[in-house]
Amino acid sequence: MRVELDEPKCVAAGQCVMASPEVFDQRDDDGVAILLEEQPADELLDGVREAVAICPAAAIRLVDQ
Amino acid sequence: MAETLAGAASDAAEAMPEFPMPRAEGCPFAPPPAVEELREQNPISKVRIWDGSTPWMITGHALQRALLTDPRVSANDKSPGSFPFVTAYRQQIAEYTPELIVNTDAPEHTRLRRMVNGPFLVKRIEAMRAPIQKIVDGLIDDMLAGPNPADLLTALALPVPSLVISELLGVPYADHEFFQENSSLALDRAAAPEDSRAASTALSTYLDDLLGKKLTDPGDDVLSEMAGRVTAGEMSRSEAVHMGVAMLIAGHETTATMISLGTLVLLENPEQLALVRDSEDPKIVAGAVEELLRYLSIVQVGLRRVATEDIEIGGQVIRAGDGLIVDLHAANWDPEAFPGPDQVDVTRPARKHNAFGYGPHQCLGQSLARLELQIVYGTLYRRVPTLRLATSVEELEFDHDGTTYGVASLPVTW
Repeated sequence: MRVELDEPKCVAAGQCVMASPEVFDQRDDDGVAILLEEQPADELLDGVREAVAICPAAAIRLVDQ
Repeated sequence: MAETLAGAASDAAEAMPEFPMPRAEGCPFAPPPAVEELREQNPISKVRIWDGSTPWMITGHALQRALLTDPRVSANDKSPGSFPFVTAYRQQIAEYTPELIVNTDAPEHTRLRRMVNGPFLVKRIEAMRAPIQKIVDGLIDDMLAGPNPADLLTALALPVPSLVISELLGVPYADHEFFQENSSLALDRAAAPEDSRAASTALSTYLDDLLGKKLTDPGDDVLSEMAGRVTAGEMSRSEAVHMGVAMLIAGHETTATMISLGTLVLLENPEQLALVRDSEDPKIVAGAVEELLRYLSIVQVGLRRVATEDIEIGGQVIRAGDGLIVDLHAANWDPEAFPGPDQVDVTRPARKHNAFGYGPHQCLGQSLARLELQIVYGTLYRRVPTLRLATSVEELEFDHDGTTYGVASLPVTW
C-alpha cells in the first residue's frame, strides 16, 4: 500500500500526526503535513487508515499499488 | 402576482421549524427533539432563523463532511447571498471585521491559518503535557484543601484552560476575571448587541495594548510571535489583535465546559467513570475524551456557511447564495455514524465526530483542548475517587443562550 498526501489541500490540523506519528510529521514553521513513510509497513496501516478517516481536508489517500 | 408569490413564500417560511430549537426538559445532554426529528425525516432541510431568513439546516454526519469540504461552500460572511448570522450583533460587525481564519476561504484562509498554526503544532502541544499536568495537580491540591463541597467550575474547569491559554498567549492570568467575563458576554446570544460590542471592544483594546508591549519587549509566547510577524509586515496589527482575541475567547470557555459537563456525564454514568478511573491504558482516557466530545457537542449554534454556487446534494439543490447551518450535535448523534448515539460508551470509536467541525476550518486549538481534557479526566477521578455531585442534575442551571452549552456551576463533594 502507498500513502498519497495532497499537500496543497493540507490545512495543517495535525490530525495525521496524532493518528500515525510514524508515518506523518508537521513542518515546523506552518504545520503542513510531511510524509515520512510513503510505503509504511503493514503494522502501521491501521494508524494510516485512521489518519485518512479523520483528516479534515480529505488530503490523504491509501492506494493499492 | 408578485405579492401573492411573496405571500406564499413567507407563508412557507412561517411553517418552517424555527432554529435554534429548545432541548427537552429533563434531557440536558441530548440534541433538541425537533433537531433529531429533522435528521430522521430529512437531514438537509430548511429552517427559519431570527432575521426571518430560511437557511438550510444540515443534520446528517456524512452530509456535513461533504459540505464542509466542498469548495463551493464559503465561510466568508461577506459572500453574496443570505449568510445566516448567529445574531444581529454578528451581522453588524461583519463589515468591520478584518479577514481572519474564521471568515475567509482558500487561498486567503490557507495563508492566514498557516501563519497562526505554529504554536498549535502537535509536537509543540505535546511539549506542554508536563506543565499542564502541574497546573491540574496544583488546582486539585487547592480544591481538596479548600471547602467541601466546592464548585468544580471555579475550582478547576475554568482555571485550567484560562491558565493554559494565558501562558500560551502571554496574557497575565491576573486579568482572568476581566477576559472571562467579557468573552462570555461577547458570545452570549441573549446579550444586547451594545453589550456584546462593548465586551468585544474591551477585549480588543486590552489585546492591542498588550501587543504593543510585546512589540518592544517580546517574550516566549504566541502574542510575541504575532508581534514579530507584524514587525516583519506579514500580518497587520489589527489582524494580530483580532486573532489574539479569538484565541483567548475560543481557548477557555469551550474547554471549561468540556471539563464540567464531561465530569457531570461521567458522574451520571458510574460504570463509564470506573473505566476511565481504573484503566492504566492512556488510550482509554483519550477515547473517553473523544466520546464526551461527541456526546456533548457543546457548540450549540451550528457552523454558519453560504453557498457560492448551486450544489446538488442529498436530493436537494442548494442555490448559490443560500445560507447553511451545520448542526454539529445532530451529526454526532446520527445513528448511521454512531450506533446507539444516546449511550455514553468511552470504548466506542468516536474519533470521527464533528465536534471540532470538519474541513479547513476545523478547530485550530483542538490538539490543545484534547491534551487538557486528557490530563484532567486522567487525573481528577483518580485523585478524588469519591467525587460526586453535591446537588441533583435537576437543580443545575444550564446555559442555553451561549455559543457553547454549559452549566452555571457544578457543586461537587468528596
